[in-house]
Amino acid sequence: MDYGLSEEQKTLKSLARRIAEERILPVRVELDETEEFPRSIMKDLADSDMFRIFIPEEYDGLGGGCLDLCLVIEELSRVCSGVTVCYAATALGASALLEFGSEEQRQKYLPDIAAGKKLTAFGLTESTAGSDVAGIKTTAEKVPEGYVLNGTKQFITNGGEAELYTIIALTNKSKGPRGASAFVVEKDTPGFTFGKKEKKMGIRTSPTRELVFRNCLVPEENLIGREGMGFIMTMRILDRSRPGIGAQAVGIAQGALEAAVDYTAQRIQFGKPIISLPVVQQKIAEMATQVEAARLLVYATARTIDGGARSYTEETSMAKVFASDVAMKVTTEAVQVCGGAGYMRDYPLEKMMRDAKITQIYEGSNEILRGNIAVAVRKRKARRE
Amino acid sequence: MNIVVCLKQVPGTTDVRIDPETNTLRRQGIKNIINPFDAYALEEGVRLKERYGGKVTAISMGPPQAEEMLREAISCGADEAILLSDAAFAGADTLATSYTLSQAMRKLGEYDLVICGRQTIDGDTGQVGPELAEWLDVPFIAYVSKVEEINGDLMRVERMVEDGHEIVEMSLPGIITVVKEINVPRLPSLRGMARSRKAEIPVWTAGDLGVDEGMVGLSGSATTVVRIFFPERIHDGEMLEGDPESQVDALLEKLREARIA
Repeated sequence: MDYGLSEEQKTLKSLARRIAEERILPVRVELDETEEFPRSIMKDLADSDMFRIFIPEEYDGLGGGCLDLCLVIEELSRVCSGVTVCYAATALGASALLEFGSEEQRQKYLPDIAAGKKLTAFGLTESTAGSDVAGIKTTAEKVPEGYVLNGTKQFITNGGEAELYTIIALTNKSKGPRGASAFVVEKDTPGFTFGKKEKKMGIRTSPTRELVFRNCLVPEENLIGREGMGFIMTMRILDRSRPGIGAQAVGIAQGALEAAVDYTAQRIQFGKPIISLPVVQQKIAEMATQVEAARLLVYATARTIDGGARSYTEETSMAKVFASDVAMKVTTEAVQVCGGAGYMRDYPLEKMMRDAKITQIYEGSNEILRGNIAVAVRKRKARRE
Repeated sequence: MNIVVCLKQVPGTTDVRIDPETNTLRRQGIKNIINPFDAYALEEGVRLKERYGGKVTAISMGPPQAEEMLREAISCGADEAILLSDAAFAGADTLATSYTLSQAMRKLGEYDLVICGRQTIDGDTGQVGPELAEWLDVPFIAYVSKVEEINGDLMRVERMVEDGHEIVEMSLPGIITVVKEINVPRLPSLRGMARSRKAEIPVWTAGDLGVDEGMVGLSGSATTVVRIFFPERIHDGEMLEGDPESQVDALLEKLREARIA
């Protein structure tokens, strides 16, 4: 398939693949079992300038677009999406600063993020606020020296490992979502500690932790944008980051497809490789077609964003929903065609199946996103587009 | 600090075939790679540059296609690269190679440290590094596994010896060869790759180096490869038949014949 990638994009994709195969593949089983953070791989990604891709050139980045980031995420996920999440969460955590930060904030933080010296995290979810962002309880009270944060964030990717945290907290409790604001909080700020580290089904090398704020004083200059913009910023950020989850899902599905083809081509039953059995061929053909369709939808969505579209909730929701469902379906079928071997932890497929599940859940559950799509379709109909 | 790293392009395989007609390696269809030990040398050069400042120049003697390897060296952190290439250099042994490299070093002018891999994986001699030091009349340390520090023109390193490690000091300029324990080479960076695409890699010929033609290439080589061959496999095993008792008898008889028993 001709994806219409530029020479630079092809180079980027092949370098990401090389990092995945040379540095991630040898340790992915160990990382899954120990659930340890892949610090040395983050260093490899930094050395290869992968963190510069999503940072503008004026802050030591390479000024890449959404598609460039998707290509890297896809290639890394083809080998291990757990490692990928540690990387991609930094792109998410940096996005509030990137899109809404002041010039001073950008100068202060973005070059270190670009160099891979500082990882970031995005703190939105709480025990009472997931899909319903209005359930946020963490507060940021204005005091003369800045803001005092109180509350607990839950299920935060890169929690404990990141240096910089974008935190959504209420500066005005009476206004509901319109009283939410975004702050950048540095690790080791007094009053900011880490709680429980979760044990997960998949992406186990990626840390997921509670962030605990107890009278944590943050200087006023750490407010991102204006007070009350937190909710709108969050929606914008998630709209834009969603193709990344789609790319992650495409990478997982691609990896599973390749593993299934490898195994079924060498597994002999009834005197021949099982890939020559019609029942297996049907499944492989369906998997390959689904992966290709998902990839094209993700790329097209990323290009829509890179082309300067102003609103893309519908497109990015479609890309994420479709690709994540494909990842779940393809990994499940890949385990099935590999039979007992597919289910064993000596083979990569059971991990890919566990890793795939989260893509249907996080950064907007597929059910919520289908709701977004339906609303957008209805609005378009009303506008006679 | 001016650091020079010597690199060689070698066949990227352990499955070496020899052409029985010509007694040379069959290189067709085999992807060339940077000699793995030289990759450690390059990485150490780049790390020392990051630690002490300066620049890293990668240098290689080889056919025109070695330029591709030098571009990869730039994408992995070298600042500049120079290719020594001339039909007159062909067929060089280690003596002619080290002489040619030494002439390039003289043309290059000032340098503080030259880093080479401990040996190549095709020639396996490990001679070019020390010979280069002789030509240039500078100190030399082989098998370096760690650079402890560089202080002014004094360098302290740890080197591997058969039964342990030695800490050795050397004055600069000097030459070291490195072992694989010294580091883990990085992969190319995107910025480095962009730089390598645009980089101009000068090609220095025999004329540019002002070498004595009788000292380079085949004519400057002190050694000649007479023949390359795989050791013959000697199949001399013999299976003893029969019940255990007669097998033991037969074995004893053989051992007696051989005057072992």
